[in-house]
Amino acid sequence: MRGMSKIVRTITNILYSFIIIFGFYIIMHGHLTPGGGFQGGAVVASAFALLVVSYGALKIKDMLKAKNFSVSECSGLLAFIGLGFLGIGTVFFYNFLAGKGGLFGNVIYGINPGDLNTAGVLPLMNIAVGIEVLSGLTLIILYMFNANNPKEEK
Amino acid sequence: MNKKIGFFAFAVVFVFFFLSAVYLHPFGEPSETDMDDYFIDNGQNETGANNVVTSIVFDYRGYDTLGEATVLFTAVAGVAVAFRRLKK
Repeated sequence: MRGMSKIVRTITNILYSFIIIFGFYIIMHGHLTPGGGFQGGAVVASAFALLVVSYGALKIKDMLKAKNFSVSECSGLLAFIGLGFLGIGTVFFYNFLAGKGGLFGNVIYGINPGDLNTAGVLPLMNIAVGIEVLSGLTLIILYMFNANNPKEEK
Repeated sequence: MNKKIGFFAFAVVFVFFFLSAVYLHPFGEPSETDMDDYFIDNGQNETGANNVVTSIVFDYRGYDTLGEATVLFTAVAGVAVAFRRLKK
């Protein structure tokens, strides 16, 4: 698969880092603002899709390796399930960090400007799901682009 | 024959949609609001999150989100199987 023209590649060079930062912002602020792991992961995956489309699968092969994304997808899902099992002293998916004062444990009340250090395991779950979604969607794109690639993708 | 079947199907669907339009629930008057009120009143205190939607998706219904993540994982696995490279 060939890449696209020089105009598209230049715009991609400027934009893709900002798209990735915006996606991680949505993931990190999932418990304060609209969005969350799924939405932010889709935004980051769209940046990788932009890279693949504008440069072509052959040139981007060294940067985006399908094996690495596969590993991070599995680890994201396992981290999500593990966070669910960590609260099993009470019930499955119990929010054992909320309001304890430690990591993500600040107590908030009523109308507030938004504190990032709150909500217990919700931000950790957002990060886990975000990693899983961004790697999963990028994996789908990479597999489909490498399908009509004559050379073996390792 | 085909025309008769088509007319019959059209009549059935029309009756269903017409009846549902007639018996439509009045807008703005939800019948049961106990669960919504509970989430709105206690969501911030119990989970500490400002975003009630996130507190429902990841806390109250975390099991559902686990299913969604597993569905995505299965979709990726299906794509990997469909686009695999066969050994020559």
